[in-house]
Amino acid sequence: MKLDALWVAFYTIVLREVRRFTRIWPQTLLPPAVTMTLYFIIFGNLIGSRIGEMGGFNYMQFIVPGLIMMAVITNSYANVVSSFFSMKFQRSIEELLVSPVPNWVILAGYVTGGMARGLGIGVIVTALSLAFTQLSIHSFPMVVVTVFLTSALFALGGFINAMLATKFDDISIVPTFVLTPLTYLGGVFYSIDMLPGFWQGVSMANPILYMVNGFRFGILGVSDVNPFVSLGMILVFIVVLAFVALRMLERGKGIRH
Amino acid sequence: MTNALEIEGLTKTYGDGFQALKGIDLHVREGDFFALLGPNGAGKSTTLGIVCSLVNKTAGKVRVFGHDIDTNLADAKLNLGVVPQEFNFNQFEKVFDIVTTQAGYYGIPLSRASVSAEKYLKKLGLWDKRNTPARMLSGGMKRRLMIARALVHEPKLLILDEPTAGVDIELRRSMWTFLEEMNREGTTIILTTHYLEEAEALCRNIAIIDHGKILKHTSKRELLQQLSVETFVLDTEKELSGVPELDDVICRINDEGALEVDVEKGQALNAVFAQLDQLGIKVVSMRTKANRLEELFIRMVEENAAEARKNVEGAA
Repeated sequence: MKLDALWVAFYTIVLREVRRFTRIWPQTLLPPAVTMTLYFIIFGNLIGSRIGEMGGFNYMQFIVPGLIMMAVITNSYANVVSSFFSMKFQRSIEELLVSPVPNWVILAGYVTGGMARGLGIGVIVTALSLAFTQLSIHSFPMVVVTVFLTSALFALGGFINAMLATKFDDISIVPTFVLTPLTYLGGVFYSIDMLPGFWQGVSMANPILYMVNGFRFGILGVSDVNPFVSLGMILVFIVVLAFVALRMLERGKGIRH
Repeated sequence: MTNALEIEGLTKTYGDGFQALKGIDLHVREGDFFALLGPNGAGKSTTLGIVCSLVNKTAGKVRVFGHDIDTNLADAKLNLGVVPQEFNFNQFEKVFDIVTTQAGYYGIPLSRASVSAEKYLKKLGLWDKRNTPARMLSGGMKRRLMIARALVHEPKLLILDEPTAGVDIELRRSMWTFLEEMNREGTTIILTTHYLEEAEALCRNIAIIDHGKILKHTSKRELLQQLSVETFVLDTEKELSGVPELDDVICRINDEGALEVDVEKGQALNAVFAQLDQLGIKVVSMRTKANRLEELFIRMVEENAAEARKNVEGAA
């Protein structure tokens, strides 16, 4: 396929994804907005006022970057895993398989679709947070790069999950039992300085900790870890997951007999 | 003339060890209307699945208009349109979006895709339903939607896997007319079907596959010449109360109440009519029974099964 045809194919996949999650907005866009507003009210306002400062900022300001990142992570992942698995389940994935679209364009299209939802939710949550606190941005490039790369990484994760899934249960196992605990333990609500030495060490093995702190550094200028180490880790994960996803597509794992 | 499809030594063994294809060879000429026939599980869908990249082959060569699917898959796919056996579109999407999205996968921009989608949706009687979600369509409409989707990028080879399964007779006939028109305009068509009447009415060349092997690969005319008996359907003026006794021919009354008469090749029909006349039975119209192919098909598949049984017994 020529370059302009590849662009049309890529754009078609992205458009289809965007159309899908906007068509079902009460399932995709509304719930994270409601959930995050509750977090802001309960943890930020009600409980946060009793906690005091953390990292030199009031508790609401401290948790906002983490909550934005949490919304971006879960939605980037959820969009791709549910959309691609639904296509497998309904066999509409065959529309793509019979067409000449190269695998890397399929992957790029789905990941971009996942990022569109994840980043869109990120914008909504950020706008909502402004109703509860003031945010000043420490490093705009750091914010943009971290949130884009993290969104891409989890969209890739969602894609691999969907490729491996054989039933609907399989697409909720990872978000429920892996993603959510890692996010909650990834320093969204606390600084790891508060933990005993052993648990600080354990926390350092949690990749989401680096993403949350990289993003928090971009907004607040404070971080439990070196923000450039965070970026490096995200990039390495992206390369590895993209390679795995492409290999799976090439072999037709779960989509070709 | 080039071949639209060439298959050489194609084999497929599934993960559970089941050998669906045992080295088949097949070629379909450009412009042909070709039927791949076989009982359930014979290997029809596996063969077409490999051609369409929905199934990974174990060994063998497949070329679509000369493009090898191992070395030039994208060009092979550009020439192919596929209508699968089961509905495989997103049921929540609108008809027009389904067709134009498919065009997008072939790199056709929306402006051109919209024109092509309109053309085929109109031809297939779905234009009024263009803004309807696919789940709201009837079964026949869904089948036609899959045909429009397969044609939106103007493929040179159209593959249809059981295209008229479950559709009523009227719609089936209109789909036949549409497919004949597509074929006349130059599209090569390959179909699998359980309605052998369909293959007999539409196709020029036929392959019969069973247990992963091609039993016959020839023209329809040559295949039908193998029949030693031809069946005629005679519509009588009055409904028959019983099967008339006729010399030298076997006859019966079919489900529609018409008289079916089996006549040996070369046997004159005059004697049959003379006997019917003597019995006071008036024939108002006559036609050949359209499912002659069915008889041949059943005979070949049964012979193949008998041979397989013999081989198993011999080995034991």
